[in-house]
Amino acid sequence: MEHFPEAWGRPRNDIYGPYDHSYLQTTGPKAHTQSPAVTGTSVIGVKFNGGVAIASDNLASYGSLARFTDVKRLRVFGDSAIVGFGGDVSDMQHIDRLLNSIDIRENYSSDGNLLNAKNLHTYLSKVFYKRRSEFNPLWNHILVAGFDGDGKPFLSSADLLGTTFSAPHLATGFGAHLAIPILRRLFPEDTPLENISKEQAVEALRECIKVLWYRDARSLDKFSIATVTKDGIEVKEDEKVEAQSWAFAETIRGYGAQVN
Amino acid sequence: MTSIGTGYDLSNSVFSPDGRNFQVEYAVKAVENGGTAIGIRCKDGVVLAAEKIVTSKLLKPGANKKIATVDRHVGIVSAGLVPDGRHFVSRARDEASSWRGVYKGPIPTSALANRLGSYVQAYTLYSSVRPFGITAILGGWDSEAEAPVDGQVGNGPDSGAGGKIQGAKAGGPGLWMIEPSGLYWGYYGAATGKGRQAAKAELEKLNLSSGELSLVDAVKEAARIIYVAHEDSKDKEFELEMTWISSLDGPTKGKHEEVPKDLLEEAEKAAKKALEGEVEEEEGTKASATEDQQMEE
Repeated sequence: MEHFPEAWGRPRNDIYGPYDHSYLQTTGPKAHTQSPAVTGTSVIGVKFNGGVAIASDNLASYGSLARFTDVKRLRVFGDSAIVGFGGDVSDMQHIDRLLNSIDIRENYSSDGNLLNAKNLHTYLSKVFYKRRSEFNPLWNHILVAGFDGDGKPFLSSADLLGTTFSAPHLATGFGAHLAIPILRRLFPEDTPLENISKEQAVEALRECIKVLWYRDARSLDKFSIATVTKDGIEVKEDEKVEAQSWAFAETIRGYGAQVN
Repeated sequence: MTSIGTGYDLSNSVFSPDGRNFQVEYAVKAVENGGTAIGIRCKDGVVLAAEKIVTSKLLKPGANKKIATVDRHVGIVSAGLVPDGRHFVSRARDEASSWRGVYKGPIPTSALANRLGSYVQAYTLYSSVRPFGITAILGGWDSEAEAPVDGQVGNGPDSGAGGKIQGAKAGGPGLWMIEPSGLYWGYYGAATGKGRQAAKAELEKLNLSSGELSLVDAVKEAARIIYVAHEDSKDKEFELEMTWISSLDGPTKGKHEEVPKDLLEEAEKAAKKALEGEVEEEEGTKASATEDQQMEE
């Protein structure tokens, strides 16, 4: 057993020889923008009959430190779209300003043709792609929830590379590993949207947020949850994970400072 | 204008010996020919209204709006040269957006009026430009709630003042009129364009400074005033255009929007009715009045 934690996860000196520190770059261009600093993680979304539900916790981490605990990572655009942000929070703020200025310009004309969630998703994915092509990516993974041009529920993701992906349920960050399997079990792929009610969707998201809080170290028990329907947008930003039970934690072995 | 032909009216930026800038005065003449535009400021919002003369039957009804949205909470209506008005609105939008870029919040109506006043005034100083041929009425609502900075993520501390002044009064309606000279003043009720005299007389009757008129009533008054102001150019058809900005708990939630169709139609109907009533009252005296006029001619 290697007793020095700083050596964990590194090539062993007795096999590979001592590490050659000259490989560590000390010169070259600054690359602050090519790695995130303050980050949010999971955003999860589910389509249901007549709309979309989306949720994220209210945490912004600085590395592994839970730095900000009242961060609103769900952003409302216009009166029928929500953007959920994972990834760098300062880049989220930048995109939020972009969205604000678009919204203002959209309202210069009063012909009522406002951008829908699908338009917004197309736009944002192109912004992401442009920025990654400049080697200056916006370090985010987003979900856009709302309606498409035909008035059907719309849920789609875009990431820092400009990659887009759509599915009836989506998640970013750790949620992509922990929440998606739960959602797939609750709402199998061939479930028609008509069979999923708003209440079911919201309940599923709450359950996923709880699992994430149990198992993802970069998560929080305070979260936001929102729904988009034809009646408008409903956002709750001060939710808390209810009925927590940590009994299962007693059975976990193999991590941390346990002796036995 | 006795000084016409003395040479002092040919160039902007040149004073006449008695201290006038004739180019600016001619610009005012251009405004006086434009369709009437008015603004009403009440406690819970602002109404803008315009008389849009239909210059051709080939134009699409309801298109080519005269009232423009500048930012979420600000609108502008102008009388005079239409292209000058469009350019002015474009400048206003740039100012509002650059304010957001610097201060991360909406521009106060007064600050926008100040910047636009300075912009218009600059066009009275140089021989290479002519003044704006418009008088613009700017209406807005400054949010009374604590506005989130755009991009703001958190709320700050839950307890303590957090550096904020508790219970401070903030926000409210704003109505400003900017003239070709660059002069701008804040108003309770503003009118410009061809029918401004009649409109001003009506606005004064509303006793706006007392703060008793509600926004919905102001919409109806505005419609009526535009109809009254149109009386002198009755031979021309026109469209009534109206927008409003209410307080955050009002119908537009602090946004500059078109007055909804049903309310507009209701106001228009009431305006026509009020006018007919007046005509009937005056009918008896009218005949002799026209005779008098003919005698004078």
